[in-house]
Amino acid sequence: MNTSAKQQNRTIVLRASDVWKSYDEGTIAVLKGVSFEAAEGQTIALCGPSGCGKSTLLHLFGGLDEPDRGSVSVNNIEVNSHRNLLRLLRHEVGFVFQLHNLIPDLTLEENCLIPTVAAGLNHKEAQARLRQLADRTGLSHRLNHRIQKLSGGERQRTALCRALMNKPKILLADEPTGSLDESTSGTVFELLLDIVATEGVTLVMATHDRGLAQRCDRLLEMHDGRIHETATD
Amino acid sequence: MIFLKLIITNLRRHRIRSFISTAGIAFSVAAMLTVVTILQGAIGMFSGILSSDSEIIVFERNVSDLFFSNVPAAAVEEIAGWPMVEHADPVLFGVVSSADHPIITCFGLTTSDARIRKATWIKGDRFKFAQHADDVVLGERAAEFLAANFDSHVQIGHATFHVIGILKTANGFEDGGVFMPLNTAQSFFHKEGASSVVTIKLRNKEDAAAFKSRIKAKYGNLIALEDAEFTRSYSQFKILKATAWAVGGCGLLLGGLGVANTMIMSVFTRIREIAILRVNGFSNLQIAAMIFGESAVVSVVGALAGLLIGTCFLYALKLVPALHGYIDVTIEPLIMLIVIVLALLTGIAGALYPAIYAMRIRAVEALRFE
Repeated sequence: MNTSAKQQNRTIVLRASDVWKSYDEGTIAVLKGVSFEAAEGQTIALCGPSGCGKSTLLHLFGGLDEPDRGSVSVNNIEVNSHRNLLRLLRHEVGFVFQLHNLIPDLTLEENCLIPTVAAGLNHKEAQARLRQLADRTGLSHRLNHRIQKLSGGERQRTALCRALMNKPKILLADEPTGSLDESTSGTVFELLLDIVATEGVTLVMATHDRGLAQRCDRLLEMHDGRIHETATD
Repeated sequence: MIFLKLIITNLRRHRIRSFISTAGIAFSVAAMLTVVTILQGAIGMFSGILSSDSEIIVFERNVSDLFFSNVPAAAVEEIAGWPMVEHADPVLFGVVSSADHPIITCFGLTTSDARIRKATWIKGDRFKFAQHADDVVLGERAAEFLAANFDSHVQIGHATFHVIGILKTANGFEDGGVFMPLNTAQSFFHKEGASSVVTIKLRNKEDAAAFKSRIKAKYGNLIALEDAEFTRSYSQFKILKATAWAVGGCGLLLGGLGVANTMIMSVFTRIREIAILRVNGFSNLQIAAMIFGESAVVSVVGALAGLLIGTCFLYALKLVPALHGYIDVTIEPLIMLIVIVLALLTGIAGALYPAIYAMRIRAVEALRFE
């Protein structure tokens, strides 16, 4: 796919400019001037060895961490500003992690409704949205089941539903299939691609799985604190 | 609804811890309710003794305790003659002890006193009161614990008295008291020609202010207070009330420490979960509300259980024969409200540090190590 052509026709929803990030008082430099843009609806894979800064970059995109230098904006909202953080987390970005990070004592439905409670969404609207996502992810029959009763794949699909409840512009996925077996991983990834395409969400996914990465619109390699774009098949 | 579920879920997740914390608040509230109610009841009873068929009490100014008050007989006689006064009854209080009973309250009374006139005489004739210097009338409970019968002799302090009657009164202090002629009491307690207080019944209640002014003008060393005024201002009552609230407050403080411990553990054991809520858009305020909500549930449930336990305990105490008449189980709504509010405030105070800690949790650090 021609990335630049695709970006030319679409709105840029994620922009990072000269982002630097280090740990341990600057002794461990993880990101060294990363600049990056993602257009609406694109699927982007971030590949690279462990510790290269993939998760850090996703955290910066989602406002969970702050860069030492540089700026990040999502849908023209400055991510580094504390004032915008809640708006960003509630309406602009959704997160899916390697571990599902669901609350085990709540049901699937209750877990998915958490972002809508945070955002103060009308309960009926939230229920309708949940039914829509549950239908699409094949979880309709499991809504009232506790998380402990769900399989690994179902849990990750639940996490995906939760991330998309408030219709975010960007889905940040950190090794979303990393804890699943190969077969389940493929199924979940198919679903992920399908759902982001339908919803028009931009997907930025950190992964070690080259096979999955190749199926995204863009593949970005990270090493030495920088991003290098690689052509996908 | 989900918010409430998050609160309840976490409490249910650690049932034993939540139960212990709730029980801590419950027993603190029960202790506070019991102590405060018993002392309020005691104050009410003592006030009841003084306000028996009267509106105003006259006693010596600036005494810390009515037992030390001296009102001269001449003053009583003069006050009784004032036109606005229907009757003025001098009462002398004294306390003696016996081997088994460290405190026996004695009342030195005249025949016209309401306690003699209006009490239910179980045995004896009220018209025979004060005919002989060694005659006494016993309250029903006093007769019980002194093992004294009608027309028998009983040792009280250093003297022996003839029991000419047994009274039944609703007031615990009076029911456990010894009533003797005023002259006898004055001699027995070495307070010849004096009484502790004079209880005044006016012909017209609206003359109360004029009566008080007249006492002030005429007797600089005496003070006249209306019953309600006396209950509010008497230093012994103030000390008792303050002690009751202080003891109850200490209990509640201990309960609050229990809540604080529970809430600290609650936050520390689910840092990751709080981080997840943050990632899903929960604000600091929502996180804090969740923590305070948990402690509020513990406190309110604990307070309600405490009110129930305290009430049952008070009723149980009332059934104890030795305490008959001393326990007044009238729980004032205001006391209940104060106790619940204090429990709630204690719970909130206990959740303060955990809430601040939870608000400071950085999602990125909590999630970094999966």
